[in-house]
Amino acid sequence: MSAKHTHISDVLVVGAGLAAERSAIEAAEQGLSVIILSLIPPRRSHSTAAQGGMQASLGNVAMGLGDNPRIHLEDTIKGSDWGCDQEVAKAFCDTVPIMIRQLDAWGVPWNRVTAGKKKYASGVETEDLKEKEGLITARDFGGVAKWRCCYTADGTGHTVMFVVDTVVCKMGITVHDRMEAISLIHDGETCLGVVARDLRTGDLNVYLAKSTVIGTGGAGRIYAASTNAVICEGTGGAICLNTGLVPLGNMEAVQFHPTGMPPVWILMTEGARGDGGYLLDKNMHRFMPDYEPKKKELASRDVVSRRMIQHIRAGYGIQSKYAPQHLWLDIRHLGRKWVWNNLREISNIAMNFNGLDPAKDLVPVLPTQHYTMGGIRTNKNGFAYGLKGLFAIGEAACWDLHGFNRLGGNSLAETVTAGFLVGKEVAKYTLGATQKFDYKLVEGFVKQEEERINNLISGRNGKENAYEIKEAMGQAMMDHVHIFRTGPALQEGVTKLQELYRRSLKIGLRSSGQGANPELAQALRMPGMIRMALCVAYGALMRTESSGSHSREDFPKRDDVNWLKRTLAYWKPGADLPTLDYEPVATPHMPPGDRGYGEATAGPKAAK
Amino acid sequence: MARQLTFSIFRYNPNKPGDKPRMQEYSFEEFEGLTMFVALNKIREEMDPTLMFDFVCRAAICGSCAMMINGRPRLACKTMTINLPSRITVMPLPVFKLIGDLSVDTGTWFRNLQVKTESWIHTNKKFDPNALEVRMENKIAEQIYEPERCVECGCCVATCVTANIREDFIGATGINRVSRFMMDPRDERSDAEYYEVVGNEDGAFGCVGLMACADLCPMEIPLQTQLAYARRKMAAAGLKLQFAGVKIS
Ligand SMILES: Cc1cc2nc3c(=O)[nH]c(=O)nc-3n(C[C@H](O)[C@H](O)[C@H](O)COP(=O)(O)OP(=O)(O)OC[C@H]3O[C@@H](n4cnc5c(N)ncnc54)[C@H](O)[C@@H]3O)c2cc1C
Ligand code: SF4
Ligand code: SF4
Ligand code: FES
Repeated sequence: MSAKHTHISDVLVVGAGLAAERSAIEAAEQGLSVIILSLIPPRRSHSTAAQGGMQASLGNVAMGLGDNPRIHLEDTIKGSDWGCDQEVAKAFCDTVPIMIRQLDAWGVPWNRVTAGKKKYASGVETEDLKEKEGLITARDFGGVAKWRCCYTADGTGHTVMFVVDTVVCKMGITVHDRMEAISLIHDGETCLGVVARDLRTGDLNVYLAKSTVIGTGGAGRIYAASTNAVICEGTGGAICLNTGLVPLGNMEAVQFHPTGMPPVWILMTEGARGDGGYLLDKNMHRFMPDYEPKKKELASRDVVSRRMIQHIRAGYGIQSKYAPQHLWLDIRHLGRKWVWNNLREISNIAMNFNGLDPAKDLVPVLPTQHYTMGGIRTNKNGFAYGLKGLFAIGEAACWDLHGFNRLGGNSLAETVTAGFLVGKEVAKYTLGATQKFDYKLVEGFVKQEEERINNLISGRNGKENAYEIKEAMGQAMMDHVHIFRTGPALQEGVTKLQELYRRSLKIGLRSSGQGANPELAQALRMPGMIRMALCVAYGALMRTESSGSHSREDFPKRDDVNWLKRTLAYWKPGADLPTLDYEPVATPHMPPGDRGYGEATAGPKAAK
Repeated sequence: MARQLTFSIFRYNPNKPGDKPRMQEYSFEEFEGLTMFVALNKIREEMDPTLMFDFVCRAAICGSCAMMINGRPRLACKTMTINLPSRITVMPLPVFKLIGDLSVDTGTWFRNLQVKTESWIHTNKKFDPNALEVRMENKIAEQIYEPERCVECGCCVATCVTANIREDFIGATGINRVSRFMMDPRDERSDAEYYEVVGNEDGAFGCVGLMACADLCPMEIPLQTQLAYARRKMAAAGLKLQFAGVKIS
């Protein structure tokens, strides 16, 4: 076997989710030739699963009047627990309203303001203005001062993904779906493209480009329970990390969403609480106001998730067939019409997977891995650290809009905004770059992958089972690197993962590995996935403070003196642990302070 | 006592020299909450690592996992075995190109469909980044959202008689997609322009209206209403063109 085909373009975009496609559009608009690679047809990307909406300070809805990018910026910085890059956040908040309107012009059927008095189930009474009628409306979301989450019912990700893909179709941008990038080609200085495995045939292909953009989404599947799609295995980050030159930023910053639904861990959107839903305990008591009198169910996600676990630990959890311990989401009081119109997707999910009708039944929920704040570290223009001609965007990147906690609705908004802003930078860079051809170098990278494949097929390195290792990794992350963290538990997790890492280098297939063999695909991903997992676990072990979603019980306070910095994790050749480095976090727009919710304002313990 | 389930699964890998289509059986005991997603993964991870199938969201949102389960196209991820007999036959969707076993190439089919029907907003307006969005009634936004919800799973195509015999027929999903643009005030295409795209036997007039597709849409899109809407509009447009002396095929 050698490379079946070689494809050459100006820009190579790895991924076809919202971030990737939006950047491809920007590059193609400059007349550059673009090829998009994806594991699956673009419209099936995980972006399509986003339900709740997209934050933008349009200020049309009554509860959003007076909103502006500055208030959005403050919410984002507070939400991030001051861990984000404030310059990136500012550029983002300033640009996102334009993005929403452009998506509207492209065809997204955003829900609109209807004039008149309204009474929401949450008790809020408002009156929408006649002069705002027909403009894009918004709903409430966690951790925000104004309602600014723009939505299309609860299928926002779907409509935005489909509409962005219509533009890709219209422009005739080339998409190679079922094509998995399995290694980065580089000469130590510049990225030249990727080696990819065709998931239809099993053939290896080479893609060469002046610039390579990684938009491969999150890495949720390093945890056994995640709201993420099954393809969110973090391979884009892993192939960058494998170069030994490109670092991952803040991998210990992992978001747990308060309302994953056991036993399948599918998400119940934050919109359910935004629209007035409650969390109840085993006594049917609405406990969030006891902990967070001001923000209640709508404090930021890290805070709500911690409060839920805290409440369960205090003995108020429910034991049922759904999970050994969980709490209830209650949206019955919103009324059948609201539930089945505005929250239809999650109502379907509750019905399909647990036979529950949220208009009359309680829905079991438990905090669940949801979002990867960390990722391929880039500068504010999206250039990856460590290699020229390499960019990263969306959930795969650590552009660092989110710091230690992402606000709900800021991620979809990030994908298109970064796609636009970074896409422009990609175009600019590419127009001034020359293509490097070094066929010997390329051949070397292909050989390396062939060898890996041959070893897996022949079982030369061992007979370890890829699926068993994957399961053990997921469980180790659940047991040791979850919402509440402690030094000893993290150390145990790191040790287990190191052991699994060594075993992952000895995987041997049980099948022939011929053609588009799925076992081979999983086996090829495993060492990289465990390296990613180790970056999370080891980064968490070394960060001796609590910040946003990173919550150390042995170091419960944020420590700005020692830890106002970002972790950079490198994987040196032959290592079995990442090498950690740190860089300072600047705060030019808003000095570190108190979030106004969460630990610093902890109220009395739960009432009975 | 738990039931013993038997899965009879279509196997064929066109990329493996000498491979022949066949049915293969796997059995295990049913357990609480078992879906076809869990079952197929269990078979792959524990019994047969070569088995090919597609799942992405596993939440009935992305449309990846449609397959014929006991003769009916369904999203496998939301199909609970408890609602099926103990013998379960699983076949790939017809019409679409087979990749291997239960995996079919819906991606290429749907991309061709979008391009063929020009399913994007056609407008001469240039986007002005400094202007407010154009106002729209919320009711209209909700109307557009209804057909927009199609996840391109292919279930409606798989059961359609016309699609099974006419390779270029765009199916209920295609007609539904075009009707979504017809009802969108932002799309400036005239009925005559739509007519050019779908006013033919591969489009709205190829549909024989038996509605085999209607109850099968996992998103519960009112296909009957959408098809009738598009057909009516196209028939009227056809008449108008005929009056105007345009020759139509
Ligand atoms: C259930 C759920 C609901 C959510 N709801 C919201 C919400 O309401 N609001 C919000 O702001 N955020 C939400 N999020 C988060 C948000 O949806 C994601 O962060 C965002 O969509 C990620 O987009 P992306 O473009 O970065 O990646 P994705 O959409 O995940 O796309 C990744 C792409 O990369 C491709 N790919 C991956 N690896 C490779 C490889 N090795 N080779 C080639 N291609 C590859 C995939 O095929 C895919 O096309 C939600 C997340 C989940 C899990
Ligand atoms: S009604 Fe039309 S689209 Fe639906 S199955 Fe029949 S011929 Fe096909
Ligand atoms: S119309 Fe329904 S059945 Fe047909 S492809 Fe779309 S979602 Fe699937
Ligand atoms: S896996 Fe997405 S619809 Fe079944």
